[in-house]
Amino acid sequence: MENIEQRVKKIVAEQLGVNESEIKIESSFVDDLGADSLDTVELVMALEEEFECEIPDEEAEKITTVQQAVDYVNAHLKK
Amino acid sequence: MIYARIAGTGSFLPGEPVSNDDLVARGIETSDEWIVSRSGIRSRHLAAADVGASDLAVVAAQRAIEAAACTAEDIDLIIVATSTPDFIFPSTAALVQSKLGIRNGGAVFDVQAVCSGFVYGLSVAEKFIRSGSHKRALVIGAEVFSRILDWSDRATCVLFGDGAGAVVLEASERPGILASALHADGSHHAILCVPGGVAAGQITGDPFLRMDGQAVFKFAVKVLGEVAHEVLEQAGERADSIDWLIPHQANIRIIQATAKRLGIPMEKVITTLDHHGNTSAASIPLALDEAVRAGKVRAGQRLMVEGVGGGFTWGAALIDF
Repeated sequence: MENIEQRVKKIVAEQLGVNESEIKIESSFVDDLGADSLDTVELVMALEEEFECEIPDEEAEKITTVQQAVDYVNAHLKK
Repeated sequence: MIYARIAGTGSFLPGEPVSNDDLVARGIETSDEWIVSRSGIRSRHLAAADVGASDLAVVAAQRAIEAAACTAEDIDLIIVATSTPDFIFPSTAALVQSKLGIRNGGAVFDVQAVCSGFVYGLSVAEKFIRSGSHKRALVIGAEVFSRILDWSDRATCVLFGDGAGAVVLEASERPGILASALHADGSHHAILCVPGGVAAGQITGDPFLRMDGQAVFKFAVKVLGEVAHEVLEQAGERADSIDWLIPHQANIRIIQATAKRLGIPMEKVITTLDHHGNTSAASIPLALDEAVRAGKVRAGQRLMVEGVGGGFTWGAALIDF
């Protein structure tokens, strides 16, 4: 089973069309990986599906880096 | 058993295309690159100030009637889907009936479901026809969204266009519309709205379109995927039986995300967004008619139409054309 970080990176790579090797834990979706506002919405939706959770809009706005996505999933993943 | 089939399609776009660069030249602070990457829109048509939704609707209707090889007098039901009617009343459908010279006493009314309006109108007309109460309906989507755009709001004014599309839906022994579903969740009314009205001879509230683009995007992708699966299940069919997906033309990114969720390749998706913009209730019949006249959509093929819009409203229909 892949860990959370690997699963998040895989989704980020697929949604943003970037190579997984380019994605670092501190990468910012917009500043480092070239995402625009709609890419970030789709990314959140993909995270919701992968981890079977609902991320409220006000929480989603705070997820701007890979680290923040991993942290959110770790804090909210169904145990 | 009585079914409802599409017997003919027609559409109409006013004037010459207005490109993204034309909008920049008109003083809107934007760029072709920004608009294309966020929406997929390259140009749209904008109606002249003295042209109303009914004027666009009538031309589309006449073309659909001709394609259906019937006469205007054969139409006993007219449903116009619009959020930009000519008047508060009478309905745009009544004006269309008059302009078509129809005096047969058929029923006419407008449907207000914003960008889902055509799917709503089609589904309502199908139920009238299947009940046996009506034989031949005109279902029209007609909009002049340019009237309700705030040209100082560059996040919205570049996204919309004017136009009309129509279908003649008639009673048949063979199934045409196989399944349909309509939904709404009014709790999301504030993320896409024109929150104004007219009272005491004045505009009350805000007469311009307001949108929370990201919230709309997320909601649209989610419900369009769900309703498409619902309609397929209702008909006992699979997504790979669909020859053409004809989605509401709001945003190429919504269309791509929806197609991906359905597992339908973009080659099977009709897109007119690049040269129509978002024409709200008119977008699906405009796209359908363009694809029919281009020889893409042919008799016997299976179509899925689906729309989502203010309300929020959404719906889909599976059709054997």
